[in-house]
Amino acid sequence: MTTLLEVKDLTKRFGGLTAVNHFSTHLVEGELCALIGPNGSGKTTIFNVITGIYEPTEGSIIFQGEDISGKRPDQITKRGIARTFQNIRLFKGLNVLENVIVGKHLRLASDPASAILHLPNYMKEESEMRRTGMTLLESLGLDRFAEDEPTSLPYGLQRKLEIARALATEPRLLLLDEPAAGMSPSDAEELMAFIQHILDSFDLTIFLIEHQMRVVMGICPRIIVIDHGEKIAEGNPEQIQNDDRVIEAYLGVVDHA
Amino acid sequence: MKLKRNTILTFIALLVIVVLLFFAEKSLNPYYRRILNLCAIYSIFSVTFNLIFGYTGQFSLGHAGFAAIGAYVAALLTLSPAQKAVNFFLKPIISPLANVELPFLLALIVGGLITAILSMLIAWPALRLHGDYLAIATLGFSEIIRSLMVNMQSLTNGALGLKGIPGYTNLFWSWGCLAVCVFIIKRLVDSSYGRAISAVRDDEVAAEALGVNLFKHKMMAFGVSSFFVGVAGGLMANLISTIDPKVFLFTLTYQIVGVTVMGGMGSLTGSVISASLYTIFLEALRPLESQFTIGSLTVPGIPGMRMVIFSVLLLLVILFSRKGLMGNNEFSWDGLFRLFNRLRSKKGDGSTGGDEA
Repeated sequence: MTTLLEVKDLTKRFGGLTAVNHFSTHLVEGELCALIGPNGSGKTTIFNVITGIYEPTEGSIIFQGEDISGKRPDQITKRGIARTFQNIRLFKGLNVLENVIVGKHLRLASDPASAILHLPNYMKEESEMRRTGMTLLESLGLDRFAEDEPTSLPYGLQRKLEIARALATEPRLLLLDEPAAGMSPSDAEELMAFIQHILDSFDLTIFLIEHQMRVVMGICPRIIVIDHGEKIAEGNPEQIQNDDRVIEAYLGVVDHA
Repeated sequence: MKLKRNTILTFIALLVIVVLLFFAEKSLNPYYRRILNLCAIYSIFSVTFNLIFGYTGQFSLGHAGFAAIGAYVAALLTLSPAQKAVNFFLKPIISPLANVELPFLLALIVGGLITAILSMLIAWPALRLHGDYLAIATLGFSEIIRSLMVNMQSLTNGALGLKGIPGYTNLFWSWGCLAVCVFIIKRLVDSSYGRAISAVRDDEVAAEALGVNLFKHKMMAFGVSSFFVGVAGGLMANLISTIDPKVFLFTLTYQIVGVTVMGGMGSLTGSVISASLYTIFLEALRPLESQFTIGSLTVPGIPGMRMVIFSVLLLLVILFSRKGLMGNNEFSWDGLFRLFNRLRSKKGDGSTGGDEA
């Protein structure tokens, strides 16, 4: 069990607001870990710092032994961290397959000139991108929508497409920001099975945000809970469910009087 | 089979165009030739603007300034040393340029390259801005370039402009450059790089999270676009043979924006069609600016009347086809045949009510 990602004493302040306060954790290779907490507790901020959208105010992010804090999002993606977003951010002007193979662009070796001139090195890469993109869509059951516009897909499939697009970058670590947001309980359950399927069939680690505790209890062996930017609990689902501070954060203080 | 038909049709169409250009160049009067040349030049302006705005989503209003750079570079490189001496009578031209005279092709390429380099220097800081802010910054830069041209007397001859630029531009040069420009931009936007810039246009945050280097791709689009803007500027200088800073007012940029919107964002053929229609219409409407009579009503010649009509036409296009003439579709033979079939079936089924709702 080697450590893949280490978050060391991370603090992120926006002016006077401390969104994340001295948060530390680590992820080991191949695990599925959930980050939960009430609304506004700083979950997405942690993701945004890990993926380079924000720079940490204090602390550092170590990925595969390298300090990646302060690097640009595209540099971090190139090193093997991919993510999805809480609100769906698909490329409306591209079809489903193209959305996925945009994720392959970062591994493209040919320069623009050989792309314009259709030189053999580019044409080979282009057909390889399309082939592996289709294989990826097939393995996730999205291949029959390859030529469709992403906005024409039903909501649940758009979510899956976002995950497929992130997988196209061949990540070692996949960050999923509320993948089940806005889904009915049965759809959310199906999506969790889908995530389990990804974990089983791709060689990667998954870190996911969810604010409904119920959704992650079934599939995540390890859960981290944060509130007001601070880690308040960490452990397996059973430990989390019985933790006083977690209950307090979600339901308020129990009045014993 | 179908592919073959389309290839043959394209081949025939290209041949017809070349033959037509040949005859136009040989036998058409200079006025019509000039309009056809301007069609191609405006098409290049519009196609390049489409690459920046329609495909990459960067609202840059620097076209007039960039065209000015290309035009002045090409003009200075093609003017003969004797003609330069005539032009620069107030203040002599700086020495290394005084004796330079390059062939037209080389002058166009150098003009394009210098435009690309200068515009990328401008884009370096400006591309950190988004949307309206980028538009304001680039518009400002475009005006700075123009006012530099008024004031750098020994390089540009200031407000006097340059006269007697050799009229090298003919239909083969202008339409040839347009063909190369469309070919390169089309190949680029259809490639993996094209998908990446479209991703940047649709959602910068998501594109960056997928590993697209925003800065590099925006710069690439900017560089390719402004290279051809510079070339088109050079073609224009060697067509109208007299240029001064006033030719490159920001109104030129607005015309290009209007034409591109009318043609359809994300359609290169739309840009070409729209720019050609615009150029031809603008000339065809010229009589409106002199006195004319409709029945018993006599309309005095109002300068600027053409632009009023053009604005109305633009409004009508936007009203009836919100995405412009071509939307984001390209011209294709299949599309043309579909259109024919639809028109024919509409006519045929007119009495029975038609089969489509």
